[in-house]
Amino acid sequence: MDPIVIALFLAIVILTLFVTYIAAKKTKSTGDFYTAGGGLTGFQNGLAIAGDYLSAASFLGIAGMIALKGFDGFFYSIGFLIAYLVVLFLVAEPLRNLGKYTLADMINARFDARKVRGVAALSTLTIVLFYMIAQLVGAGALIQLLFDIPYTVAVLIVGCMMTIYVLFGGMIATSWVQIIKAVLLMAGMVIVSFMVLLKFNFNISAIFTEVKTATSYGADYLNPGIHYTEPLGTLSLMLALVLGTSGLPHILMRFFTVKDARTARRSVITATWTIGIFYILTLFLGFGAAIFVGEATILEANPGGNMAAPLLAEAIGGNILFAFISAVAFATILAVVAGLVLSGASALAHDLYGQIIKKGRISDKQQMMAARIAALGVSVVSILISLYAQYLNVAFLVSLAFCVAASANLPVILYTVYWKRFNTTGAVTASLCGLISALVLVSISPSVFSPVEGAALFVGEPIFPLDNPALVSVPLGFIGGYLGTILSKEKDYARFAEVSVRAHTGFKVHNK
Amino acid sequence: MVQKDILQEEMKAVDYVQVYESPQFKEFLKRKRKFIIPMTVFFFIFYFTLPILTSYSTILNTPAIGDISWTWIFAIAQFVMVWILSSIYVRKANTFDDEAEQIIRDQLK
Repeated sequence: MDPIVIALFLAIVILTLFVTYIAAKKTKSTGDFYTAGGGLTGFQNGLAIAGDYLSAASFLGIAGMIALKGFDGFFYSIGFLIAYLVVLFLVAEPLRNLGKYTLADMINARFDARKVRGVAALSTLTIVLFYMIAQLVGAGALIQLLFDIPYTVAVLIVGCMMTIYVLFGGMIATSWVQIIKAVLLMAGMVIVSFMVLLKFNFNISAIFTEVKTATSYGADYLNPGIHYTEPLGTLSLMLALVLGTSGLPHILMRFFTVKDARTARRSVITATWTIGIFYILTLFLGFGAAIFVGEATILEANPGGNMAAPLLAEAIGGNILFAFISAVAFATILAVVAGLVLSGASALAHDLYGQIIKKGRISDKQQMMAARIAALGVSVVSILISLYAQYLNVAFLVSLAFCVAASANLPVILYTVYWKRFNTTGAVTASLCGLISALVLVSISPSVFSPVEGAALFVGEPIFPLDNPALVSVPLGFIGGYLGTILSKEKDYARFAEVSVRAHTGFKVHNK
Repeated sequence: MVQKDILQEEMKAVDYVQVYESPQFKEFLKRKRKFIIPMTVFFFIFYFTLPILTSYSTILNTPAIGDISWTWIFAIAQFVMVWILSSIYVRKANTFDDEAEQIIRDQLK
């Protein structure tokens, strides 16, 4: 292994552990542990949101997909970004005004029923587990390629690091790991894009002309339709991308780390700019890789195209840039999985244990203990599953996570804040309809069953035609919530009035 | 003295229904809706127009600037839209904040 790679790799490990050490000393209460005491500024939280959101799948996956499939890869960039308008316009501020630590807290501002909290915690845990396994398996394979170490060791390194951050440093450490990662990632993206642009004297049109002859697709490379040939499949994916983000628990949790709705809003703006610039730059990375690395070499290194960005760095910047981009990829993985562990732990320890089993009668010290045990549990379970899942094709798990988030969480969030008639039964049926339909439809879809061996989890004919079932499961979540509500008698107008007033004005009664 | 005030505040139960039904809050909510709903409808339509056009037609494949086709112009326009709409939102939301604070002062404290 290259000594520069080892040095940068160790630098990230040491820096993040140092941050964790400082954070551990500052983590004194449950509020510190889950939400960094609500003390982040809008700018810091915005960077942390970007750090939480931009996974290795975004960084390496999209660059690779653009390199290999042209415009179709850019669909992801667009969907992942527009999603922030949904977050900004509909979700962020009411969520901040109503919630405390988790999504379930926000829903419970309106419904006391424990089953509502239980169902919300269930969908959170489902999303976290799927997303985490996808990240860890991907991380293992990636680190194996980048640093030339065995898969098992790679998963264990990432797993141990994320466990240490969360267990000792809670949200404070996690936030700072995410901020550091966001800065490193943006620096890496800007440097590589700058060098690609430099080769073309900053003439963007010339890059388009060049890339037209760089791949086997010729001029078609610049047109949509190389990868996504099924119109409904494309629309379904776009729907999952744009609505899923506002239901992802690790993203929602970030809004509780700021003191009020105004700061939450500011953090979405910082995040939107950071993420937007990032996704524009994926274009230059993708095109750059197609031109300077070439299809054959990218495919040879990894059939999924994940090595496109690091190989591009090597081609235009030599060993040092390759080492830097590899280190950035490593930091990226760490920041995302740490956020996931924390949101999983909050659903387990705060929602299921603290509020449902102990009915809220639990001291702050006990809560911290429960949170730490839960973080450890979530980590260990996902590491173990990931170790066994090395040879499985788990790419569908990310789109499944987005789909569950869009189908099970988003309908409940929107109904809770904006629909007067909505009730307990509706909240349960919306979550369950969205969750179950997403799970069932994905499990019979082409991403789980493929006639070609190795292309999906199992070999066989898919029953459901769409890779991503959002086009069906999102409406089912909304319809489920609607029917559950109007078919049951319960109405609580006073409670809605309270939620509406609090969500829109940010008013809080002390000690409530 | 200060502590006593906080205590009194806690004791006072807030009648949210009354606040919710007050003309002041109703007006506030109406203004908020009149801003958020059309904006949301707009960005969803703008967003889905891209995959719908690229999936069902090749109309965007014609060149716009050199070898850059309208598909790419439309795609980049999505980014520009996000930045413009989020700036508009922040500006508007700041005025909503003032109104919200007024409601808290008038009715909730």
